[in-house]
Amino acid sequence: MIFEQLVNGLTQGAVYALLALGFTMIFGTLRMVTFAHGEVYMMGAYVGFEVIRLLSPNFFLALAAALAATAFLGIVIEILAFHFLRDAPHSTSLLVTIGVSILLVNAAQFLWGPETQSLPHALLDRMDYGEVELAGVYITYFQVLVMAVTVALMLGLYFLINKTRLGMVIRATAQDYEAAYAMGVNVNLVFMAAFAIGSMLGGVAGVLVGVYYNLFYPTMGGLYGLKAFSAAVVGGLASLPGAVVSGLLIGIVETFTVELGTSSLRHMVSFILMILILIFRPGGLFRGKELIRVRGD
Amino acid sequence: MSGTRGGMGAQALLEIQKLSKLFGGLAALKEVSFSVQEREIVSLIGPNGAGKTTLFNCITNTNPPTSGSVRFLGEELTGLAPHKVARKGVARTFQHIRIFGRMSVLDNVRVGNDHLGRTGILSALLRPPWVRREEQDNTEKCMSVLSLFGERLLPRVNQYAHMLSYANRRRLEMARALVSEPKLLLLDEPTAGMNPRETQEVVDLIKLIRDRGHTVLVIEHKMKVVMTVSDRIVVLDHGEKIAEGTPSEIAKNEQVIQAYMGGGRGRAETH
Amino acid sequence: MGRQLRILIVNSPYLAILCVLLMVPELVKNPYLLQVMTFIGIYVILALSLNLLNGYLGLLSIGHAAFYGIGAYTSAKLVMEAGVAFPLGMLGAGAVSSLFGYLIAKPTLGLSGIYMTLATLGFNMVLFLVLQNWMSFTNGPLGIMNIPAPVILGWSVESRTDYYYLMLLLVVLTVFSMHRLINSRFGRALVAVRENELAAEAMGVHTTRYKVQAFVVSTFYAGVAGSFYAHFVKFISPDSFYINESFVLLAMLALGGQGNLIGPVVGAASLVLIPEVFRFLQEYRMFVYGGILIVMMLFRRQGILGGRDYSLRLPWFQEGPKVVYLRRDKFLPEEETPSGES
Repeated sequence: MIFEQLVNGLTQGAVYALLALGFTMIFGTLRMVTFAHGEVYMMGAYVGFEVIRLLSPNFFLALAAALAATAFLGIVIEILAFHFLRDAPHSTSLLVTIGVSILLVNAAQFLWGPETQSLPHALLDRMDYGEVELAGVYITYFQVLVMAVTVALMLGLYFLINKTRLGMVIRATAQDYEAAYAMGVNVNLVFMAAFAIGSMLGGVAGVLVGVYYNLFYPTMGGLYGLKAFSAAVVGGLASLPGAVVSGLLIGIVETFTVELGTSSLRHMVSFILMILILIFRPGGLFRGKELIRVRGD
Repeated sequence: MSGTRGGMGAQALLEIQKLSKLFGGLAALKEVSFSVQEREIVSLIGPNGAGKTTLFNCITNTNPPTSGSVRFLGEELTGLAPHKVARKGVARTFQHIRIFGRMSVLDNVRVGNDHLGRTGILSALLRPPWVRREEQDNTEKCMSVLSLFGERLLPRVNQYAHMLSYANRRRLEMARALVSEPKLLLLDEPTAGMNPRETQEVVDLIKLIRDRGHTVLVIEHKMKVVMTVSDRIVVLDHGEKIAEGTPSEIAKNEQVIQAYMGGGRGRAETH
Repeated sequence: MGRQLRILIVNSPYLAILCVLLMVPELVKNPYLLQVMTFIGIYVILALSLNLLNGYLGLLSIGHAAFYGIGAYTSAKLVMEAGVAFPLGMLGAGAVSSLFGYLIAKPTLGLSGIYMTLATLGFNMVLFLVLQNWMSFTNGPLGIMNIPAPVILGWSVESRTDYYYLMLLLVVLTVFSMHRLINSRFGRALVAVRENELAAEAMGVHTTRYKVQAFVVSTFYAGVAGSFYAHFVKFISPDSFYINESFVLLAMLALGGQGNLIGPVVGAASLVLIPEVFRFLQEYRMFVYGGILIVMMLFRRQGILGGRDYSLRLPWFQEGPKVVYLRRDKFLPEEETPSGES
C-alpha cells in the first residue's frame, strides 16, 4: 500500500519537478520570475492533445510537437516581457508575463472551450502498453512513461548544462551577464535559449500530465503553475537540483496527505511548505551560489 | 561650555573599537579603532577601497560589522536596526546619492524628521489641531535648514528631487540629514562633483554645523578640504587604520604619503 | 473664518465634480447605467486600495482579490448569521480583511520583493481553495445567496439610485481619507521607502512597521468594497475572487497609472466602461485586460496618469511656507547665478 502510494507520489512529483526545473532554468539565467509558466505548460498539454486526437496516438509525436510549440512560445514571451524591458524595473516584466498568462488562458478557452476535455479511451488505449508488477504493486505504463521521460530530460538537461558549450555559456550568463557580454557572449540569444529550454520542460510536463490524467482544461496551468513556484522556492530559486528534490518531495507528501485526510487539503501542501521555507530557511533547501538574498534587498 | 577637544576625562561621543568587516574571505575593515569627541570635525581619508564607506555602514548598521564595537554616548550601536541608530542621533549622507527622486525637495527633507514625528494613521485621518501644528513646525524647520544653502534649494522646494542638479542633490542629502539636529553627522564625500566655489561653501557649512553644536565625521578625497576643515584626521588603507592625528601631523606622516603615492592605488585630489 | 473659506475656494473644482456626481441619478434615468456607475465605484475603491501598496509603497501585490473576497464573505455571514446590522457588518468586513492583511504582511515583508509577490499570489490561491472547499462555512462553489440589502439606521437601500448614493458616499470617504493619509507623515514614509528604502531607514524611518501599516490600511478598504459588493449583487461565490480578479486590478493600475490618486480612478472607470461601451468585447474582457497589461508595460509603463502628481486645486490664496533664515552672512551672493544649475 505504501509502496503503491510512493509510486503515485513519485509520478506526481516527477511532473512537479519538471515544471519547477523549467521555472528555475528561466529564473536562474534571467533572474526573473515568469507568471506565464503555468500557461506554457497548459499549452503544451493542449498541443499534445490535438496531435494525439488529430494525427496519431503516438505519445512521442505529441511530445515532439509540444516541445516545438512551447519552445516557440517561450521565445515569444522572452521577447515581449524581457527583451525590450532590460532596463525597466522588474515589476514591469512581471506584469507583462501576467498579461501573457491571461491571454493564453483565454486563448485556450476560445479555441477549446472552457469545459474539461478528454481523449477518447480508444486512442488512449492504443498508447497504453499495460502494466508491470513490482513487489506486489501494479505500475501502469503511463507511470513508467512519466518517470522515464522525466529522468531522461533531467539527465539531458544535466548533460546540456554541464557538458556542452551552450551550457557553459548559459552558466556564465547566469552568474554574471555583463561579464559574459563583455566576453563576447550574445546574451540576448542566451536568454532566449534559456527561456525556450525552460518552456520546453514545462510543455513536456503538460503533455505528461494531460495524458496521465486525461484531463485538459484551460485553467490547468493556474494551480500547477503556483505549485511550480512553490517547489522552486522550496528548492532554492536558482538551484536546478533543488527544483528536482522539492518537486518530488511535494508530490510524495501530497499523495500521502490524501491518505490522511480530505483530498482538497493536498493542494495546500506546496504552499504550506513554501511558507515554512520562507520563514525558516529563506534560501531554500539548496542554497546555491547564484542566489539572490532572500531577506531584505 | 565646550569641553576640551580630545581632552582627558571627557567621554567620547563616538568610540569605535576593533571594528572588523569581512565580505566572504575579504577583510574590508581590520580591527579599526578610534574615537570622535563632541564638536570635533574628524575626516576619514584613505585611498579608494580603503573601507571608509564600509566603516560608515558599520556605524549606522546599514551593513553591520562582523565584529567589534561602536559606542555612541556610551551606548552600543552594533546590533541595532538602522532606523534605531538614526533615532539615537546619528544621521548620514551617502557616497552614491540616495535621495527620494519622485518626491518634492521639501518632502525629502521632511522625511529626515520622520522619527521625531508622532502623527500616526488615526491622527492623520482625523487631523486634530496638534497634527496640523506638527506639520507646520516640521515645514518651518525644513525650510530653515534649506535656507542654509542660500537660494540653491529654496526656490525648488516643490520640485521633484530627481530634477535637481548633481550638486543640489548633495545639498539636499545634507539638508535631509541635518533637519533632525543629529548629534553626530556622517558625511560621505559631500563635495564630490563640486567645483572649488561650491566645495568652499560646503566647508563653511560644515564649520557652521559644528559651531551650532554638532559633531561631524567626514569622508573626503579632496586634500585641501581635509586639511582646512578637520580638527583631526583618521587614515585608512586596505581596511586598517594607519595613522591618526592633526592635519599637520598627518601631512608629515610617511606611511600616509606612501599609501597615497606609492602603489598607484588612487591619488587624492589636490584642489 | 478666512481659512475655511480659502479651503472651500481652493478645492472648489473637486466640489463641482461632487455636485455633478450627486446629480447623476437625476440626469441619467437609465437604471442599468446607474448600476454600471456603481460598479465603477466598487473598482475605484479596490484600485485605490491596491494603489496604496503598489503605487505608493512600491510593492507588487498581485493577490489583492483575496481581501476583497474576505470582506464579502465576512459581511455576508455577519449580517445573515450573526444578525449584525449592515454598517457594523461593513466595518467588520474591513476589520477582518485588515487582520488577514496584517497576518500576511508580518512574516513576508522582511523578504525581498519577488518572494513577497509570490506570497501574495499564493495567499490569493489558498483563500480561493478555502472558499471553494470549506463547504460548511462558505457553501463552497455554490456560494452564498439571498444576501440582504443594506439597512442603515432605518434606511433601506433598495433601488439602483439608493445603491448609487451609498457607493458615492463610500468613494468620497475613500478618496478623502486616502488624501489625508498620503499627505501626512505616513504617506511620506511610504514613498520614501519606495524611492530608497536604505536611505529611508538611515533617516530613522521604521520601514517594516510602515509597510505592515500600509498593508493593514489597504486591505481594510478592500474589505469594505467586498462588503458593499456582497450586499449589492446579493450573491457571492469563490469564482469572483480568483486570481483573475486580482489581475483585473493590476490592469486597472497599469492603464490608469499608480502613485497618485487620479490614475487608479481613471483606470478603474476605463476598464469597467470599455466592455460596456464596446459590447462585443464583453466576452473577450479578459483578452482586453491581458492585452492592456502587455501594451501599457511595453509602451507607457507608468500608465496614462502615473509618474507625477496631479491636482485640481486652484492656485489662488496659496501662501508659501514661512522661512526663518538661519544665516545672515552673504557668502552666497544672490545676484550671481550659481554654477552647475540645471
